[in-house]
Order: sequence, then structure tokens, then C-alpha cells
Amino acid sequence: MTEAPNAETFVISLLLTLLAGITLAIIRQRNMFGVVILSGIYSFLMASIMIALDAVDVAMTEASVGAGISTVILLATLYLTGSMEYPQRRSVIIPLCLSLAVGAILIWGTSGLPKFGVADAPIHKHVGPTYIQYSKDHKMPPNMVTAVLADFRGYDTLGETAVVFTAGIGVLLLLQGGWRVSSAGRKRDDEDDENEPSARSASDAANGGTSAGGTSA
Amino acid sequence: MRFDLILRVGAKLVLPFILLFALYVQFHGDYGPGGGFQAGVIAAGMVILYALIFGIRAAKQIAPPAIVEMMVPLGVLLYAGTGMAGIFLGDNFLEYTAFAHDFLHAHEWGIFTVELGVLITVCSTMIVMFYAFVERGRS
Repeated sequence: MTEAPNAETFVISLLLTLLAGITLAIIRQRNMFGVVILSGIYSFLMASIMIALDAVDVAMTEASVGAGISTVILLATLYLTGSMEYPQRRSVIIPLCLSLAVGAILIWGTSGLPKFGVADAPIHKHVGPTYIQYSKDHKMPPNMVTAVLADFRGYDTLGETAVVFTAGIGVLLLLQGGWRVSSAGRKRDDEDDENEPSARSASDAANGGTSAGGTSA
Repeated sequence: MRFDLILRVGAKLVLPFILLFALYVQFHGDYGPGGGFQAGVIAAGMVILYALIFGIRAAKQIAPPAIVEMMVPLGVLLYAGTGMAGIFLGDNFLEYTAFAHDFLHAHEWGIFTVELGVLITVCSTMIVMFYAFVERGRS
């Protein structure tokens, strides 16, 4: 398949070049805020590549999750941790060699893959034709991605939903710390945002005062 | 950011359309790109944007944490319950054919319910995670 490079190839190459540039910028960047913003840009570029490859569902997920939610969550984390990375004193030789070796293995592995975008690759010959034929025969929903995700492979999507559920519960347990702390956190919601720290410290002082008084008495 | 006029007005203009787009992505997923996962994240994004502009307290009034936390397992239950309904109607787990007389209608109903479950779980999980991170910063 030796076609003349068309506009799509040009766009994808351009986006991939930008992606490499963004990656280098992320490596060079020491300010975490900049890293978070750059990774948001990375996700948007990735979503654009997915659109250029006609994978609109994946592009939508990448744009909303990668560039939207995770950027917000990372920014919220930065608010907790501070945004400067401590300079690293250790040598970079061993990590560099390791990542170069892994990269070389991966590039060597791509030589075993079928050519990019070939129609008779093994993945298109396994269950794909059955799904497509069945969808056509029974006039299933026109977006075959939805039909495959929610109908043919409903088990898989149930598993994915359970994964999201488990992740959410895990984050809740880690950050809110079980029953007692979370019920204490609930009570605080009724207070106002602005004067909360002072109110908190005042109430803490009051509690400390009363408990100290109780022990002394 | 609560007193920034441009942000407030701009967000108020954009917010309903974000939610509308989420619903479109959800219920048009059979015909266009998208589905429960994407719609859930977009809907959660609306709540998060609201929280960023108007403060976490206002966001908790439109999405109370107690309800959102209940929605996390509710979506998985709805999904699994759809599968169980298939068993009770005499088919396999997650087989939708018995939901209606017509094959196509039955499967559209099945996909609709299942995607609704995905929407509920994904949306509430994202909101709950955001609340958890913000709460952590305030304590």
C-alpha cells in the first residue's frame, strides 16, 4: 500500500510532532502547575489524533476525562501539595538507560505488528465480522460501538462500571477516612467557605479548652 | 472566583448547554458517538465547573453529597439488575431480547438502561472524587 501522503497523514504527523514537543516540555518543566496544564494540552492533542483516526468515541472520552476531569483533580491535588518539584540530586544515567532499553524493546515489538490500518489484520478477522454481520441482520443501533459495548460485550462494560465504582469507593475511603471522620466532615459543610478556618480553629480551641478544663476539674 | 463578574455570567450561560450536551451524548449514543461514560464525565464536569465558579457550598446544594454517594452503587446495581432481569425473563445474563416483543426495541431498551447505569455511576464517582479532594484541602 504505497499511497501518496494525503492531508490526513499530514495532520496526524503534525499532531504527533506537537505531542513529542509537549512531552519534552513536560520533562523540562519543574513547575507542577505548568506540568498539569501541559498534560491537559497533551490530552487534547491526543483527542485530535483520535478524531483524525475516525475514533470519535475514544476522542470524546480522552477530551472529557484526560483534559477535563483529570486536570481538575490534579489541580486540586496541587492545591494540597504545593506546586514546585524538588530538584533531584540523583544521577539520571540508570533511569535514562532503562527507558531507552524499554523504548527499544517496544519499537522492536512493533516490527511484529501488522501494517498500520490494514484491513486484513488479525484483529479484524476474529469476532469483528460476526458482530458487524449480526448488527446488520437484526438492524441493531447504527452506532456499532454502542451496540458492541452495551450489548455484545455487556459483561465487559459491567466490569468497567464496577471498576469505576471501586475506584470511587477507594478514593473516598482514602481521602475521607472511613465513617467517623466523614460524618464529622459532613457537619462542617453547613459552615461558610470564607470564615471556615477561623471558625474551625475557634471551635478546636473551645473543644481543647473544655476538655482541658474537664481534666483539670 | 465567586466575585468575578465575567466568569460568573459566562459560566451561567454555558452551564445549561453543558448539561444538555451531556444528555444528548447519553441518549443519542445509539446513533452518534458517545454513551454513558462520556455523558457521565461531561455532566460531572458541569457540577465541577459550577463548584469552581460559585464555590463548593453552592455546588453541594445542587448535588448533595449524600445523594451523590448513593448514586455510586446505584448505577452498578441498575446495570447488574438489567442483567438479572434478563435471567428472570428466561434468557441469559444481560440478554435483552425478552424486554419487548420486537427484537430491535428490546435491545434498544436494554442498551438504554445499561447506559443509564453507566452514566449514574461515572457521573457520581467523578463528583464524589472532586468533593473528596476539595474537602481534604479545607480540613
